[in-house]
Amino acid sequence: MAEIALKGVSKRFGDIEAVHDLSLEIAAGEFVVLLGPTGAGKTTTLRLIAGLEKPDRGAVAIEGRDVTKEPPAARDVAFVFQQYSLYPHLSVYDNLAFPLRAPSRKIPEAEIRKRVRDIAELLRIAGKLDNRATRLSGGEMQRVAIGRALVRRPAVYLMDEPLSSLDAKLRADLRLELKRIQGELGATMLYVTHDQIEAMTMASRIGVIRNGNLIQIGTPREIYESPNDVYVATRLGSPQINLIPADLAPESATPPGARTIGVRTEHLEITRPNGGLVGKVHRVEHLGDQNHVHIDFRGRSLVTLADPHRPLGAGEEVGLALIAPLFFDAAGRRLRQATE
Amino acid sequence: MAQIRVERLRKAFHDFVAVQNSTFTIENGTFFVMLGPSGCGKTTTLRMIAGLELPSEGRILLEGEDVTFLRAAERDIAFVFQLFALYPHMNVADNIGFPLKCQGVAREEIRKQVTEAARLLRIEHLLSRKVSNLSGGDRQRVALGRAIVRRPEAFLMDEPLGALDAELRRDMSEELRNLHDRIEATTVYVTHDQLEAMSMADRIAVMNHGFVEQIGSPQEIYDLPATVFVADFVGSPPMNFIPFEGRLARADRAVQPGEASVAIPEARENGASPSLVLGVRPEHVTFSDASAIRGRVFGAEYLGTTQIVTVDTERGQIKARLPSLLRVRAGETVGLAFKSESLIVFDGASGRAMRSALHEGRAHG
Repeated sequence: MAEIALKGVSKRFGDIEAVHDLSLEIAAGEFVVLLGPTGAGKTTTLRLIAGLEKPDRGAVAIEGRDVTKEPPAARDVAFVFQQYSLYPHLSVYDNLAFPLRAPSRKIPEAEIRKRVRDIAELLRIAGKLDNRATRLSGGEMQRVAIGRALVRRPAVYLMDEPLSSLDAKLRADLRLELKRIQGELGATMLYVTHDQIEAMTMASRIGVIRNGNLIQIGTPREIYESPNDVYVATRLGSPQINLIPADLAPESATPPGARTIGVRTEHLEITRPNGGLVGKVHRVEHLGDQNHVHIDFRGRSLVTLADPHRPLGAGEEVGLALIAPLFFDAAGRRLRQATE
Repeated sequence: MAQIRVERLRKAFHDFVAVQNSTFTIENGTFFVMLGPSGCGKTTTLRMIAGLELPSEGRILLEGEDVTFLRAAERDIAFVFQLFALYPHMNVADNIGFPLKCQGVAREEIRKQVTEAARLLRIEHLLSRKVSNLSGGDRQRVALGRAIVRRPEAFLMDEPLGALDAELRRDMSEELRNLHDRIEATTVYVTHDQLEAMSMADRIAVMNHGFVEQIGSPQEIYDLPATVFVADFVGSPPMNFIPFEGRLARADRAVQPGEASVAIPEARENGASPSLVLGVRPEHVTFSDASAIRGRVFGAEYLGTTQIVTVDTERGQIKARLPSLLRVRAGETVGLAFKSESLIVFDGASGRAMRSALHEGRAHG
């Protein structure tokens, strides 16, 4: 049974339709990431599920129960915001215990103590329970904020870019931690971000969202290897997929109707000039483990990866071979080969 | 365009020493990046080069001329800040032309220079627009235009892209580098973002606690980090560090972190300390059933072309960058092999990289 089900949900703010006819089902224990730029409707979707916004149309169900008309408190969800909001005057322990101490819950103190300790272990902040919340590093504070959501054991967790305010190293650590914790708890999670690395590394499934529309949903591998359209193709992958007008490379075997060829780094082989497609190296970016090679190709710039120790220099002519690239039609839709 | 030389530069604020005894030369036309965490002294160094701070000791030479005690306005350099301070009531052309107007340049000449700067930045179509209606990227282009139009000897930039979101940052950093390739002005650029540094720089100075830990090309910094700090700061994920007890002597070709013996590039010096750290980049780790270094897969992070696999071992977590075609399951036991010719051994006490055959035949700076 789906833990979260959205059916044809729309939400408009004035002239802007923030979410348009969005349907999505998330199974128990799934980690779904909504990926999109600022203003795509990601946060609104989360707020609709949490009950912080009311949909204009459509229905929201949690654990099979229609909650569309219920207030946030009646829905069994926990929300983690981008900016951690802890109670500065309380200890880490009391911050974590806070959601359990609501009078309506009537949880005995011994049970609270056990749950707080368990969560603190899980988040590796057990040694900091007596600290004031304000005497923590940024990463520790965000762990406490996440811990406060976890401690309640709701049906679903909603997370709104919880790592975006942290520095790069901490973000990388917490990515892996969050995925581990989600797995250990078997938690159902809907997580929104504009960061493709977070989406690819953590998600069971990624939903790509644009202008309020859910364009494609699938495993990270499906989204990366088999995007439905040009937009989705550009969302994942570093360096970004190269888009070449099909008439610029008439030599390549393009299917009928193809207007654009999408070339990821694994679709492009650099060879010696051999009478096929030829480009000229414009610049080599050394990123350490890999080099980004910028190649001028018939007035376009292509970026691809190359082995850092392969000597390629600016101005050098290279042969280019396209290996099973992606093709898109005039509307940007993917053209699939008959063999697929 | 100019060479910038910094000699025994030091800056103290009361008890806090922000910059300690730095000496380096930035050659004419170089794109030079100062990289480090916040508080490492990179911005203070930049501000001293600009003339916005006076050094406590040492001197600064611009094209051979001592400018240490010249005021900012008397140095022929342009400073680009993180937050673009534009005049909101003026249009784009007037914002770009403002420094020339202050210098009393003739109106016709200003128009010519502004058009030229706008052409370089590809914002000619925006010249008559109000700056308040521009996107973040375009505002930063206008701020750059104001720096370019003066045709200074050098550009100093303090995290100029820090306020932009990730996607725009990547586009702008490429644009900035292309701009540099067109006008070839000496540029000193401060950032804490290692990827930005690696992708833009001709040379990088990695700073920590007021010290320059290493200066070199991006590839040198990455392949031959001088210290554990540099190896950890540059690269994502960073280098794996395996601390162990042991001594290294000249001509050694293997180390013993635990039971397994690991081949290394031949050592070229004798180590003083009884503790060592073996450094392995994630892309130099492979799975090998034959290896005595065993571990359990903790998790895999899919990245499209590659994946990062984290393995729990007796010696701590080790991350491997592997092709994403390889199917990996959390919990399975794997053997790990290291690409010997790329390994680095650090002195455990000082954190300094020990010299080895790896350091030979490479350009240094």
